[in-house]
Amino acid sequence: MTRAPAGFFGGAWRVAARNLVVWRTYAGASALGNFGEPLLYLVAMGYGLGRVVPDLGGMSYAEFIAPGLVLSTVMYAATFEGTFGAYTRLETQRTFEAILATPITPVELAAGEILWGGIKAALGAAAVLVVVALFGLVPSWLALLTVPLGLLAGVMFTAMALVVTGLSHSYETSNYYFTLVVAPMFLFSGIFFPLEQMPDWVQLGARALPLTPVVVLARGLVRGTLSLGHLAPLGATLAFTAVACVVAVWLLARRLRV
Amino acid sequence: MSGDRAVPWAAGDGPVVEARGLVKRYGDLVAVAGIDLSVRRGECFGLLGANGAGKTTTLRMIQAVSPPSGGNLRVLGLDPVRDGKRVRARLGVCAQDDNLDPDLTVLENLLVYGSYFPQPRAVTRARAQELLTFMALEEKRDRRLRELSGGMKRRLMIARALMNDPEVFVLDEPTTGLDPAARHLIWQKIRELAGRGVTMLLTTHYMDEAERLCDRLVIMDRGRVLAEDAPRALIERHVGHEVVELRVPAAEEAAVLDGIELTGIGSARTGDLRAFFFARQSAVAERLVARARERHVACLVRNATLEDVFLELTGRELDE
Repeated sequence: MTRAPAGFFGGAWRVAARNLVVWRTYAGASALGNFGEPLLYLVAMGYGLGRVVPDLGGMSYAEFIAPGLVLSTVMYAATFEGTFGAYTRLETQRTFEAILATPITPVELAAGEILWGGIKAALGAAAVLVVVALFGLVPSWLALLTVPLGLLAGVMFTAMALVVTGLSHSYETSNYYFTLVVAPMFLFSGIFFPLEQMPDWVQLGARALPLTPVVVLARGLVRGTLSLGHLAPLGATLAFTAVACVVAVWLLARRLRV
Repeated sequence: MSGDRAVPWAAGDGPVVEARGLVKRYGDLVAVAGIDLSVRRGECFGLLGANGAGKTTTLRMIQAVSPPSGGNLRVLGLDPVRDGKRVRARLGVCAQDDNLDPDLTVLENLLVYGSYFPQPRAVTRARAQELLTFMALEEKRDRRLRELSGGMKRRLMIARALMNDPEVFVLDEPTTGLDPAARHLIWQKIRELAGRGVTMLLTTHYMDEAERLCDRLVIMDRGRVLAEDAPRALIERHVGHEVVELRVPAAEEAAVLDGIELTGIGSARTGDLRAFFFARQSAVAERLVARARERHVACLVRNATLEDVFLELTGRELDE
C-alpha cells in the first residue's frame, strides 16, 4: 500500500520544492532586491565613478564591473537564504522540526536547503543578466552560461552560510558573517578593480576568497574570452563548493539529530 | 483516513511501541532514565507528567527523530535508528509548538507536507480535501495562516499530521494553550480517530485530558515511569475512591487531628491543603469531616482523580 520512501535526491528535492512554493508567495519583493541592488551599483559605480576611471583592458568601467555584479547577486542571494532564511526555518518557524517528523532525513534536508539556495541564486543571476544586457554590457552569448555558474556558486555560498547557521544560536551570528566575510569578499574579489595591479599580499589574500575565481569565470563568459586559463578558477570553485557542502551537511545534520 | 484499510494487525500481533530500559542523555543531563513502555494496537496511550518529566524526549525517540542513548526500542516492529525513514512514513506527528508554514495557505500547508511522504500526488490531494472537512477547516482552505486563531492552527496541525494516513498518531500536548471550546473540539476529534482504530500516543500534563482520552497511561517524573495502567485502575490502586481535603496549616494539623486513628490511610500535603485518600466510605472519613466542622476547618469530600495519584506518587503537584 505505501510506496518505499523516496531516496536521497527525492528527499532533497522535496525540501527545495517546499522552499520554492513559499518563495512564490513573496517573489515580487525578492525580485526587487535581485534587480534593485546591482542596478544601483551599476549606475553609481559604472556610470558615476566610471566617468573618471580610464578604460580597463579595452572595457569601459561599467563593462568591467557588470559580470562581477551578476555573481555578487548570487553570493548575496545564497548567503541570505543560508543564514537568515535557514535560521528562520530552523529556530523561529521550526519548519525543520516539522519536516524531520516525515521520512525526510537530516542529511536530505541539509542537501535540499543547499540545492534551493543554488536555485534561488541562479534565478537572481538570470535577472541581473537581463538588466546588464539591457544596458548593452553583454557582448557574448556565452554569458548565458553565467546562469549555471550562478547555480554552482549559489550552492557554494549557501553551503558556506549553512555552516554559519549550523553553529549559530541567534540572528546576530549572521550579521557578523555578513560584515566580516561577505562584505570584504564583495569588495576584494576583483569585481571593482583588477587584482593584478594590487600588491602581492593583497592578491594572495584575494585568491583565498571563494568569490574571486567565480568573478574571473563570469568575466570570461560575459566578455566571451573563455580560455584554458579558466580551468584553474573552475577547479578552485568546484573544490571550495565540495568542501563547503560536506561541512555544511555534516554540521546541520549533527545539530538536527539530537 | 478510510476506515477500511487492509488490517494486518487485526490478528493481534505484537505491541506498536515497545521500550525496555530506554535512556536519553544530553551530556550530563539524563532526560529519560531507563523506562519501559508497551503500547498496544488501537489503544490511546498517554504519557502524563509535569514539564521536564521526559515526555517529549521519549516521544522524539519513538518518532525516530532522536536516537536513544541506551536500552531497547521497537516501533511497529522496526528499529527506529536503522529504519527511521520507514518508521516515520507510518507515523503521524503533531508537535507541541506550532510549526506550520506561516507564508502558505491552509490547503498549501497540507499539500506541501503530504509531498514529504511516499504517496501519489492524487492521494495527497484527496486526503487534504478529506481532512479539511474532518477538522472543520473547509471554509479556511485558501486563507493564510496569520488569519487563523490558535484553535484553528492546532486543528490544522492535526490535519497535517494525518496526511500520510498514519498507523500511529503521536500528539505532544495536544490542547496546551487552547481555550475550553477549542479543547473540547480537539478531544472530540481525537476520540473519533480512536474510534477508527488509529493507535494513539499522547503526552499531557492535564489530568482531565488524560482521564478522558487515554485507555492506559504512564505517569512520568524526572525521566522515570512511576506507574502504568488504565486511569481508573491507577486511581483505585494508589488513592482509592474518596478524598477528604482539609485546609489546615501544617503547624495546627496535629491539634485538629488529635485522637483520630489515621494509620494506614494514605495522605499528601500541598501548601495548606492536606488530602486523605480512602479506599471506600469509612467511619474514619466521617469522623474527619465531623472534626473539621467542629474546629471550623474548611473541608471538601470528593472523588479521587489522577491528580491525587500524581500527588501520592511524587509528593508534588503536577502543575507546579
